[in-house]
Order: sequence, then C-alpha cells, then structure tokens
Amino acid sequence: MKTLDQPQQSRLGAPSRADSHRKPDEPPDKTGPLRCLRSVNARAARCAVFMAPIVLTACQPAVLDPQGPVGLAQKSILIDSLAIMLAIVIPTIAATFAVAWWFRASNMRARYLPDWVFSGRIELVTWSIPLLTIMLLGGVAWIGSHDLDPAKPLPSNTPPLEVQVVSLDWKWLFIYPGQRVASVNQLVVPTGLPVHFSLTSASVMNIFFVPQLGTMIYTMNGMRTQLNLQADAPGTFRGLSAHFSGDGFPDMHFDVLAVPAERFAAWIEATRNTGPTLDSGSYAELAMQSINTHPFTFRAADPELFQQIVTQKLPPGPGPRTGRPHPSVSPRTED
Amino acid sequence: MLGKLSWAAIPLDQPIPLIASGMVGLVIIGVLAWVTLKGWFPYLWREWITSVDHKRIGIMYILLAMVMLLRGFSDAIMMRSQQALAFQSPGYLPPEHYNQIFTAHGTLMIFFVAMPFVIGLMNFVVPLQLGVRDVAFPTLNSVGFWLTATGALLVNISLVVGEFSRAGWLPYPPYSELIYSPGVGVDYYLWSIEISGAGTLLAAINLVTTVLKLHAPGMTYTRMPMFCWTTLATSLLIVAAFPILTATLAMLVLDRYLGFHFFTNEAGGNQMMFVNLIWAFGHPEVYILVLPAFGVFSEVVSTFSGKPLFGYRSMVAATMAICILSYTVWLHHFFTMGAGANVNAIFGIASMIIAVPTGVKIFNWLFTMYGGRVVYSTPLLWSLGFMVTFVIGGMTGVLLAVPPADFVLHESLFQVAHFHNVIIGGVLFGAFAGYTYWFPKAFGFRLHEGLGKASFWCWITGFYFAFMPLYVLGLMGMTRRMQHYDVAAWHPWLLIAAGGAALILLGIGLQIAQLAVSIRRREQLRDETGDPWNGRSLEWATPSPPPDFNFAVLPNIQAAEAYWGMKQHVLKQARLDAEPAYADIEMPRNSPTGFVCAFFATIMGFALIWHIWWMVGLAALGAYATFVVFAWRDVDEYIVPAEAVARIDRANRGARSEALARRQAAP
Amino acid sequence: MTTIEAAAGRDDPHHLGHDWESPYIQHTLGHAERGLASKRIITAFGFWIFLVSDIIMFSALFATYAVLVGNTAGGPSGRELFNLRNAGLETAFLLVSSFTCGIASIGARAHSGSWFYGAMAATFVFGAAFLSIEVREFASMVAQGAGPTRSAFLSAFFTLVGCHGLHITAGLLWLLTMMAQVFAKGYRPDILRRMLCFSLFWHALDIIWVAIFTVVYLMGLAQ
Ligand code: HEA
Ligand code: HEA
Ligand code: CUA
Ligand SMILES: [Cu+2]
Repeated sequence: MKTLDQPQQSRLGAPSRADSHRKPDEPPDKTGPLRCLRSVNARAARCAVFMAPIVLTACQPAVLDPQGPVGLAQKSILIDSLAIMLAIVIPTIAATFAVAWWFRASNMRARYLPDWVFSGRIELVTWSIPLLTIMLLGGVAWIGSHDLDPAKPLPSNTPPLEVQVVSLDWKWLFIYPGQRVASVNQLVVPTGLPVHFSLTSASVMNIFFVPQLGTMIYTMNGMRTQLNLQADAPGTFRGLSAHFSGDGFPDMHFDVLAVPAERFAAWIEATRNTGPTLDSGSYAELAMQSINTHPFTFRAADPELFQQIVTQKLPPGPGPRTGRPHPSVSPRTED
Repeated sequence: MLGKLSWAAIPLDQPIPLIASGMVGLVIIGVLAWVTLKGWFPYLWREWITSVDHKRIGIMYILLAMVMLLRGFSDAIMMRSQQALAFQSPGYLPPEHYNQIFTAHGTLMIFFVAMPFVIGLMNFVVPLQLGVRDVAFPTLNSVGFWLTATGALLVNISLVVGEFSRAGWLPYPPYSELIYSPGVGVDYYLWSIEISGAGTLLAAINLVTTVLKLHAPGMTYTRMPMFCWTTLATSLLIVAAFPILTATLAMLVLDRYLGFHFFTNEAGGNQMMFVNLIWAFGHPEVYILVLPAFGVFSEVVSTFSGKPLFGYRSMVAATMAICILSYTVWLHHFFTMGAGANVNAIFGIASMIIAVPTGVKIFNWLFTMYGGRVVYSTPLLWSLGFMVTFVIGGMTGVLLAVPPADFVLHESLFQVAHFHNVIIGGVLFGAFAGYTYWFPKAFGFRLHEGLGKASFWCWITGFYFAFMPLYVLGLMGMTRRMQHYDVAAWHPWLLIAAGGAALILLGIGLQIAQLAVSIRRREQLRDETGDPWNGRSLEWATPSPPPDFNFAVLPNIQAAEAYWGMKQHVLKQARLDAEPAYADIEMPRNSPTGFVCAFFATIMGFALIWHIWWMVGLAALGAYATFVVFAWRDVDEYIVPAEAVARIDRANRGARSEALARRQAAP
Repeated sequence: MTTIEAAAGRDDPHHLGHDWESPYIQHTLGHAERGLASKRIITAFGFWIFLVSDIIMFSALFATYAVLVGNTAGGPSGRELFNLRNAGLETAFLLVSSFTCGIASIGARAHSGSWFYGAMAATFVFGAAFLSIEVREFASMVAQGAGPTRSAFLSAFFTLVGCHGLHITAGLLWLLTMMAQVFAKGYRPDILRRMLCFSLFWHALDIIWVAIFTVVYLMGLAQ
C-alpha cells in the first residue's frame, strides 16, 4: 500500500488509490470541491522522498505480527489462552470421537450399561476440570486487563507524544496538539516512543484500530476515550475503522508511518510549512461526508479544536445531504 | 394521504432485488392460485390458519423458519460472493445494497429463523412430553405465531417497497438515528422487531405457564424430560430479555419519529446507554437460541444411545446456571469502549464462567454415550457434529472473553467466525436434529436417512470451509461488514470461504431433496406405532401424528422417563394394559383471532413505517375490535365424543400390539 | 399403558379431560404430584408472568431515566418543573382507584351488580382524574418549552411517565370493556377470570406509579 506518491489531485474527497475501480466518466468527487484544503501536493511530494523505502516494506497487516509492546503482549496472551483451552478442548473432541466410535451399536465388544446414569465422582470431575481451567484463564484475564488497560501509560523515560484522533464521515483526523499540526488519513509516529491518543468522533461511532500495534478503541461523539500505543520498529502499518459507520466505511483506513525520531521531527517541520490551517471553519467542511479521502496535512491546527468537539461546542457531522426526511413527513426536521 | 409512500419507494433502478422479489411474488401468487384452484383454501383456513392446536402452530413456526432460512441463506451467498469478488473492485453489490444485506441476514437469521425454529420445536414437543392436551393459552399461542409472521412479512416487504436498514442486526445509534439514516430502512427494522417481539413474548409466557402449571398427574419437575427444562429456561430468558428489547427499540422509535433525545448526539442523548441496553437483551438472546438446542441434543443422544441422560440433575443445574449467568456478561460485547480494567476483567471472567456449565453439559452427553449402544441415525450425526463444532466455537468465545485478546479481535471476522461456529454448530444443527427426530411424530413418516446423512456431511465440511478461513482473516486484521477491500492477502481466504458456502448450498439442496423423496416414499417410511426410535419420553406414547387431543386418557406418571417405564412394563407382561375407559374430551375451538390480529398488525406496521397516520388509527381500532369480538364469544370449546377417542386410540393400540407380537416372535 | 380413568365432561375446569377436584385424584396423588392446576390459577399465573415482563420493561425505562436525569442540556431540571401537589393528588387518586378496583372484584365474585358496577365506575372516575392531571401537567410543560424534545432528561421523563399513562389509558379501555362484558354476559367463570387479570393489572400500575412518584417526583424535587 503506498500513499504518498499521489501527485496531482489531493483534493479532499478526490479519488485515490482504491478509486481505480470507479468508472472514469463518473464524477470523481461526490462531496464537491473544498477549495480551502487544496494545496497539499507540494508537501506530499516532498514527504514521498523520505518515506518511499518504508512504504515499500509494508508487510501484511496482522495481529500475529505485532510491531509494538502492546501488540506483542496481546499476541502472547492470545496464544497462552488458546494453549490453556486446547489442553482441555482437544481431549474433549478426541473423547467424543472415541466414545461415539467404540460404543457404536454394532460393536459387540463394548459393554452395554443401560442403567449407568450417575456417578458422583464423575460429576465432581466434570464440574471441576472446566472450573480449574477457568480459574487459570481468569487469572490471565485479570492480569492482562490491568496490564493492557488502554488508558494506562506505557513505561518510558520520556513523556509520550500526544495525538488527538477524531473520526469523521468517513476519514480520520489526527491532531498533534504539541506540534500544532494535523493530518487526515495518515498517522506519522516516532518509533520507540509511547504515543498517547485521545479519541472522539465527529458523528457516528467508529473504532480506531492499528492491528499491528494492538488494542483498538471506540470513538464516540461527546465522549473522549484514551489509548496508549508504541511502535518499536519503523514501518508502514495499516490502520482502519473496525466499527461499521456507513457507506464509506470500507475505505476508512489509513496508513500509520512509524519513523525514527529525527525523521519525525523533519516531517513535523515540513508539515508546518505547507497546507491549509485547521480551525472551526475548515473543520466544518471536513465534517461533510466524503468517501476515500486522500491523505493530506494541515499546516496549523487549533489546539482547542479537539476539546470543542468532545464538549459538543462544535456541532456533530451533518450526515447525508440527500435523502434527508421531507419536512411534511417528519416532525424532526425543523432544525 | 399516503405519508412518505410514493412510486419512488419502489427500487425500479435496482434490478437484483426487484427481480428477486418479483420471483418471490410470482411464487406466492402461483401458490395462492394453486391453492384456490384445488379448492384447498377452506381446508387451510379451517385446519391451519385458524388452528389453536399447539402441534399445528409449532409446525407453522418451523415452516416460517425454513422459508426465512432460504431468504437468509441467499443473503449469505450474496455476501460471500461479493467479498470473493470485491478485491480491489466494487464487486457487484454497491455499499448501500451490501449494507442492507448483512443487516437483513443477521436480523432474519436471529429473529425469523433461529427464534421461530426453536419456538416451533418447543411448541410442538413440550405439551406432548408433559402429557397434556395443549399449552396453557391456545388462542394466545396462535396470536403469538401470527405476530411473528407479521414481522417476517414486513422485513420482506422492504425488498420491494422502500429499503431495509443498513445499521446491522443491532442498530447502534447515532448511525441509526434520523440524521445519519434518513430512509425508512431502520423503521422497517424497528417495527418488524417490535411486532414480532410481542409475539415471541406471548409464546414465552405461554410456555412458562405450561411447564410450571400444566403437567400430567405425577409429572413432577424432576421427572420432566430435559427438553422441558431447557424450554423453561429459554422462556424465562425471553420473559426477562424481550421487554428490554421492546423498551430500547421504542426509545429509538421516539428519537426517530418524535425528535426525542435518548441516543442522539445532541441535547444530552447517550448512545452508550443504547449499547448497554441492547446487549442486556442481546447476550441472553444467544442463550435463548442455544438452550433449546441443548435440550434437543439431550433427547437425541439419550434415545440413540439407548440410555437415560447421564447426570440429569447436573444438567438441570447447568441449564439454570447458564440462564442466570447470561445476565451478568453483556459488557463483553464492548470491552473496547474504554471501561476500566476492573470492569473489563470482572465481565470477562463472568463470561468465562459460562464455559463451566456448558462444559458439564458436553461431558454429560459424552457419558450418556459411554456404555450405550450408539445408533448412527441422522439426528445423532447432527448431535456429534454439534459436540465437535460447538466446542471449538465455545473456545473461541472464551478467547474473546479475555479482554486483552478481545482488544485485537473485536468486530473482526474472528468474531464473525465465533458466532457462526456456535450458532450453526449449536442452534442450527440442533434445529436440524430436532427436525429429523420429531418429523415422524408430526407427519407419521420418517425422513429418508441416506439423503439426510449426505446433507449432514455437506453441511459440516461446508461449514468448516466457510468459517475457518474467517478466523484467519480476523487475525489478519479484516473487520466485519466490508463491502470491498484492497489487501491481497485476504483474497484467497475469502475465495475458500465462498467455496464453503457453495458446499453448504449443496447440503441445503440435499435437505430439500430429502423432504421431497420422503414425501414420495412415505408409505415405506411410515411410522405405524408412534414410536419409531424406541423413545423414552411421553411424546412417543401417542400415535404419529398425534390426534388433536394428544392423549386419549392422560397418562399417570410414576417415574422419570415416563414412557420408557410404561414400555418396559408392557414388554415384561407381554401384552398391553387393559383398555382404559374413554370419555368425552373438551378441546379449545379454533379461532381466527390470531390471523386477524396479525392482519391489522401488518397494516399498522406498514402505515407506521410510511407515516400514514389515518391507517395506523384504523388498524389499531381493528385490532381492538378483534379482541373484543374474541372476548365476546360464548362457546370456546368443542367436544370430542368418547367413541371418536376410542376409535383413534384402538387403532394405535392395534398397531402397538402387533409390533409387540412381532418383537416377541423375533428372537 | 397405565392410566387414570379420568372423568371429563362439560364441567371440566381446564379442558384437559381431567377433573382434579375429584376425590379419586386427590387420593392417588401426593401434594407435589398434582400435575394440573385449575384454570383460574393457570390464567392468573400466566398473567403474572406477563406483569413481570411489563415490570421489566419499566425497569429499563427507570434505568434510562436514572442515567439521563442529569442530562438537561441547559434546559430545565426536574426541580424547576415538578409540582409535588399535582403528583400527590395523582398518587391519591390512583391509590383510591386501586381500592375501588378491589371492591369491584369482590362485588364480581359475590355476583353483586351494584357493588361491581358502582366500584368499577368509581375506579374509572379516579383513573380518568389521574389521567387528566397528567395530561394537563404534560401540556403545561410543553407550553413552557420543556417538551420531550428539549433534552435527554425530558425525553426520559416523558417516556417513563407517559408509558405509565398509556398503560392507564389502556386499563380504562379494558375497564369499560369489562363492564360491558359483565353487563352482556353475566358473571361467567371466564369473565371472572378476566376480571381477576384486570385487577392484577390495575394494582400493578399502582405499584409502578408509587415507584415513579418516589424516583421521579420526590427524588427530583429533593435534589
Ligand atoms: C448461540 C449463540 C452463542 C453462544 C452459545 C455463544 C457463546 C459464547 N460466547 Fe458468543 N457471540 C454470539 C453468539 C453466541 N455466543 C454472537 C451472535 C456474537 C456477536 C454479536 C455481534 O456482535 O453481532 C457473540 C460475540 C461474543 C463476544 C463479543 C466479541 C466482541 O464483540 O468482541 C464474546 C466475548 O466475550 C463472546 C463470548 C462467548 C462465550 C464465552 C460463550 C460461551 O457460552 C461458550 C461456552 C462453551 C464452551 C467453552 C465450549 C464447551 C466447554 C468445554 C468443552 C469445557 C472446557 C472448556 C473450557 C474451560 C474453555 N461472544
Ligand atoms: C442464526 C443465525 C445465523 C445463521 C444460521 C447464519 C448463517 C450463515 N451466515 Fe451469518 N450472520 C448472522 C447470523 C447467522 N448467520 C448474524 C447475526 C450476522 C451479523 C450481521 C451484522 O453484521 O449485523 C451474520 C453475518 C454474516 C456475515 C458477515 C458479513 C460481514 O460482516 O461482512 C457473513 C459473511 O459471509 C455470513 C455468512 C453466513 C453463511 C455463509 C451462513 C450459512 O451457514 C448459511 C446457512 C444456510 C442456511 C441456514 C439455510 C439452509 C437451510 C434451509 C433452507 C433449510 C432447508 C429446508 C429443509 C430442511 C426442508 N453471515
Ligand atoms: Cu461507548 Cu462512550
Ligand atoms: Cu455475548
């Protein structure tokens, strides 16, 4: 998956890679031009130079190929739990086959015990074996839930990078409040440094998920959720929305570019010099529905914006423009 | 005059649904024409539509489930083929259509396939097993069925008139609110579930009362067959869970219709409350589905092992434990909403604990076969397939109940694989086992064994091919509800899954063939005595099909496994007991109340969806009038004269003593 | 097949061909083994189960109310809106109607026309009075701009209280139907059973109202 080599038409809502399947004579842009967000091309081209090698190494996204401490811990919990359960599930399945086969009606060597209907000792075993398994597994769950609580900071000497995440219809907005820049559908993080995410939604529920980094978390309008992740090695990881949110949902994925700290600083620097600014005006345009938005960045971002979205000072996304109910049929449309 | 309804509601521009529904329409018209030409309509009206006989109603429930199963399956095939095609391509279903399809599939399968199937089985079997003549409230039973049918009808009307919801089988707000889903789709969903939910509640009230208050003399609780216990547990779950669904969906209705703010983004609405409430229903719902299936397996495994159920009391305790525990785990459906670590851990562990009673059940079935003489009939094959498959699905469920594991698997295809694994391996296999097991009781002839077994093998291999790849895909980070995707690594697995669905299709084809062949050869497959499997519970004491009144005289129960005991007694003394003194029997009279009610409910639901207010008023009036008319009638039972009872019973006694003589003569 | 020769006939109370009043059965069976309950018990039991489900539905509405009670979105809160005098009056009317409803059941069981019709009419009047106070309260709130669309709190309030009000309305309709039935058909056993259900229903609404009065009005004003 490559993202940054798109030259000419990085207009919000314009078709990009996955749009190759759209017929050429169809209008490429369903949301209409958003003029103020236009000039991201130059920056994108420059970034491409940095990022090309990383992009090319992008491997298959997989929960079983984690690239950070959270994902690693989850992978081992996954495998351990499975192993614990298989220790009892495999014998159960084997016993099912064995018993059913041995006691088949035609097997004259099998004993027939038509009155054997109760055995206290066996009852004890049937209750206690699963119970013991569950006690073990419950321990795993208890410890794991606490160690991997999404809101718990990751151990580190340096303070984490703050990133604010807003899910919109149907794209992701990432605000770097410390750096005062923002990006859409592309998340750049430094490697080896914990990232603390604050998340909310501009409209419907979504889930922020980067399978190779671990833990996913819901985004909800009017609420703020938190997540701590870290990428250990450089790479491009696929990020996506895991919760269905409407027609644009399948294209609501983004790339996570994990880069060494100096490259991250360079990217911030480059970003600060190009692109539009993010304030309530451009946010309102961003909140319109659009499918398959090409990644771009904001030169400057209002650090209060996230808070205003969470506290609903900024109104939620307007939803579809067509098919709104007609005033004569719904009492709800006075607004 | 017609509210929101206009010609634009008919999707003339979308050929696929239009042709599909056109076909369905033609079939319906064809069937109606056939019925009218043959002059069967009066028969259908008299014997089925207005019937309040629990056996007829049970059969109609199952028929409804099977028809909806076909619809749900065609949706499944469309999803599988869309995802097989949609690699870097839009496939053939645009998003708005694909989203309707997975929603319709989930809704139909849960509410109009699995629910009616298990309710139908319970309705048919439980009064027979308890040794009584009908359920507690026969007319209400018919109302309940017809309201369920209304819901199913409304979902299918949405194919042609308007659209169906795109918000998933549990419509999370704010997506399902008016701003983000302005069409009538969500309204179709809401009203069909509200109406059929009322019907389901009636059925459950009926069954609880029947099991607790209506048994043949001597049928104490600990002598009831296991299926009656699971029926009790399921019905109690329905009584406690469906009102929550009704209330929650009613709030969504108020949001959408009157601008309330329960779950909206604006004015203080709280979307997480919907999620909590809907899962407080939704989780018990999955055990509502699976418990009756557990009951079926208990009956089948014991019958075909020639042994009583092992550890009966443990089984009862396990059933009731599952029933109660199922209310303590709903949060496991949203571990990733950021509740604290303690909350997640507690709900995770509570979910896992359900594995204990479930495991006890599995082990007890195992020990039921142990020391038995296992006969590999089709119902037993379904049960074995269940035991193996369900354990795998249960295990992945427990894995999802470990919060940190769920953090990477939630809403992925891994989860989709989990629930198909337990639902198909548990509920559907149970339904099929019950269908083959009790079919001869209902119709007087057995189903063809060879085709049944062939179908089983197609199903089970098809199942593994169709759903095991989804586990892999989930681990590869593929989420559910994807209309298209551009990750090359996913594509091969989705192709395998599509192949698996095709194998299942073959299995279904064989099942239909089995039915057709069995009807053709019904004389060879005839069940003369009413006890084709050497059964153990009371339903096998009646002729097949049982007469309206089930039992010529009510049996007197002296021990568990009532019928087995009677049979041993008869075998020992080598003749039937003396003929009982027959008496007149009073039975509830048929009533069109249920059908008429459902007629008005359909009109009301349709009018509500399209905001045709005058029609809503008229339909409500009609429904009220129906009840008053019903309440006004003077005679609500009829008499079966003693001679008729005697004639029916003597025929069956004749067949049974012949069978006895044959058995005596054999070795 | 060992079976009991069960007496059956027109007087069979539960239409199952089995007269459990018969001394024969009373003697053969231990107490726990008496399988069949009488029709009256079955009907009442089934109706109880229905009431349980209704109460669970109300619990969902109560829980919702509890969650949303603070979400006034800048609009008025319960403290500013509720009027304890009205709510107290409503409570009084409903309690009295429950009492008269009890009298009506006794009247029906005694086949006493005057007691039955009189008490039913009184029940209707008190129920209707309750309803009219509620409707006026709702109307005045809407007129003040505190309708259900104003805030999540008000949505929850109108739904919880309104749902109870709808139940009362349905109850009144049922009450009139009941009176008409008794008038037309007399005190037939099936009609008496229906009367039993009606009074169960009416008392249950009373209990739910007491919960509403406490949770919504008293606690709302105490805040
Ligand atoms: C019939 C239906 C059914 C059944 C029986 C189950 C059974 C179980 N389910 Fe499942 N589930 C669903 C239907 C069902 N589920 C559906 C439909 C969804 C998704 C809904 C949606 O989002 O659309 C879902 C989702 C779901 C989730 C949410 C996942 C997510 O959203 O991220 C979780 C998480 O805890 C879960 C857990 C469980 C558990 C622990 C069981 C247990 O009851 C399983 C117990 C059984 C066994 C474990 C096997 C037998 C036991 C033994 C042999 C003993 C030894 C074994 C051990 C000790 C491990 N289920
Ligand atoms: C009872 C529940 C049930 C059953 C049985 C099934 C059965 C199947 N489902 Fe299921 N499915 C759900 C419940 C169920 N599903 C739910 C709740 C969802 C979530 C929806 C949502 O996202 O909101 C879902 C989602 C879902 C998806 C996910 C879509 C997505 O997220 O992108 C897919 C993908 O392929 C799928 C496929 C299938 C397939 C191939 C089958 C096959 O096994 C089909 C099986 C075929 C039949 C069951 C019918 C055959 C039998 C007969 C017709 C009887 C024959 C006649 C006689 C015996 C005479 N389903
Ligand atoms: Cu879930 Cu906020
Ligand atoms: Cu669950």
